[in-house]
Amino acid sequence: MTGLTSRETSPLVAIRDLAVSFDGVKVLHGIDLAIHRGEAVGLVGESGCGKSVTWLAALGLLPKKATISGSVMLDGGELIGAAPATLDSVRGGRIAMIFQDPASALNPVIKLGRQVGEALALHGGLSGKAIRAEAKRLFDLVGIPDAARRLDAFPHELSGGQNQRVMIAMALAGKPDILVADEPTTALDATIQAQILELLTRIRRETNMALVLISHDLGVISETCDRVCVMYAGRIIETAASEALFAQPLHPYTQGLLAALPPLEGVRRRLVPVEGNVPEPWNLPPGCSFAPRCPRRVEACAMRVPLLAPKTADRRAACIMTPSLAQPQHRPEPVYA
Amino acid sequence: MLRFLLVRLFRAALTVALVVTFAFVVLRMSGDPALIIMSVDAPPEAIAAFRKAWGLDDPIWLQYLRYFSAIGQGELGQSMRDGRPAMQLVLERIPATLALTLPALALKLGIGIPAGIYAALHRDSLMDRIVMVTAVAGFTVPSFVLGLVLVLVFSVQLGWLPSGGQESWRHAILPVLTLGIGGAAVLARFTRSAMLEVLGQSYIRTASAKGVPWPRVVRGHALPNAAVPTVTVVGFMVGSLIAGAVVVESVFSWPGVGRLLVVAVANRDLAVVQCILLLVAMTMVSANLIVDLLYGVLDPRLRSGAKAGAH
Repeated sequence: MTGLTSRETSPLVAIRDLAVSFDGVKVLHGIDLAIHRGEAVGLVGESGCGKSVTWLAALGLLPKKATISGSVMLDGGELIGAAPATLDSVRGGRIAMIFQDPASALNPVIKLGRQVGEALALHGGLSGKAIRAEAKRLFDLVGIPDAARRLDAFPHELSGGQNQRVMIAMALAGKPDILVADEPTTALDATIQAQILELLTRIRRETNMALVLISHDLGVISETCDRVCVMYAGRIIETAASEALFAQPLHPYTQGLLAALPPLEGVRRRLVPVEGNVPEPWNLPPGCSFAPRCPRRVEACAMRVPLLAPKTADRRAACIMTPSLAQPQHRPEPVYA
Repeated sequence: MLRFLLVRLFRAALTVALVVTFAFVVLRMSGDPALIIMSVDAPPEAIAAFRKAWGLDDPIWLQYLRYFSAIGQGELGQSMRDGRPAMQLVLERIPATLALTLPALALKLGIGIPAGIYAALHRDSLMDRIVMVTAVAGFTVPSFVLGLVLVLVFSVQLGWLPSGGQESWRHAILPVLTLGIGGAAVLARFTRSAMLEVLGQSYIRTASAKGVPWPRVVRGHALPNAAVPTVTVVGFMVGSLIAGAVVVESVFSWPGVGRLLVVAVANRDLAVVQCILLLVAMTMVSANLIVDLLYGVLDPRLRSGAKAGAH
């Protein structure tokens, strides 16, 4: 089990109590998350639940009006409040990030080869002809046909899927330890989605790079990730190994998400939507944020925010109505989600 | 690409022809040149002779054709007032006008663009507010008001600078400032909004996310994109180098093309007015042509649009 072995070593990135507010409105309520070398972690939740904000905050990519507290440790170095030069070397060099809409995430007036080359020059210390050769190698690696010619193309000359491959090539240029893929397939056709996910999985296997896959799509996550964190209204509300989560979701919200997902095989059944909407960050209900939509809510749910508590050996859920399935193992060291 | 260029050139020529025609129609509609040049009290025989001499008795379409073909041959006629070639009169005035408009253009670019970039990069800061308030003031105050205020302060009250005339470079300072401040304000606002638009784009975040230091993100990723809308405004400013100073030249009694135009219009000196309008149209059209070509250089998406048009 990758989940167990990786936990014995210290994590590559340890996010602790990370909170973000915009103009005094809290959108992220203290996230604890650890990423180990080579693992694939999925962050899933509806839009606006704080999946992307977590990583944008960690990398200092949020606008200035955002207030950030908590800690993000990368190999023992603190990223929150780090000097710009430190962050610049981490971004792309240690933690790379790709975004949802590849067409708008690439600079429209700069040749693709130069955009990838820029990352190579910054993190690989390459220059001149070596950059072009390496950029071509990366284009080949991510499966861009006719790579040499594509280096001189502009983003608008490529399809969305090809542009996402360029984004991935660019992210790989700095040989990062972690690739954070923020909804990498949402803007793409279903067939291209599968190709891009396959590419990410293949690259992760070949380079032992950790992958953080942010998606609202449980199907995408289940195919790609070892471990899943489900987020709701700025908090992680359930975390488990992929298979366990899909086999037996513990939190009512996760159960709702899975019930709303068409089964990949077997008989077709009626899909059950999760009733209601995600509460606005400035208008959160007291106690558990999911309580108003929860089929299992009781009065106590509104009393206080439920902790992300261990429910079985390797699973946690933030729900007071979910019984612990087994005696949780006691761990002396700080626990990460 | 060649066809794109040819189409653009044809359109430019068409624009010039339209301006020339428009000038002819408006000037003919608005009064009889013979009466204005000769004054209403002149003896009828003299007026008739003047008409005959200038071909004003011929049918209007014949006059128009004659005028148009003359322009086609570079023959712009003579001033009805002093009989000298209109072209020569106008060309004589151009250096004086450029002596105002070129330094003013430098001022607009030198202040407007950096101020706009700075304001965008420090959005909502005190400096941003100051720049924007100044910019609004700068481009809402009409140039003759600004000119008069500058004269009031620097010539009348402080006595530092002359209020009009063309004797030395010091005489140019106030008119250049008057022209430059308004233009710098317009350019600052344009540059700021272009930069803000670009800085909010996803590819700026991508550049930061791959570790490009912020100053290089601004220089290498934001500025080239913000240049496209800014070039449009700058192109317009370049196009008005010849005719952009009509009001200011009048306020400061500066003997440039603008003053010549005002005097020629008042006198119905057709040849001179037409010559100036032709010149203005041609500078404006050439500036636009250059801007169109620059778009292609700055933005590959527009370049391929041009290619698509050529096939």
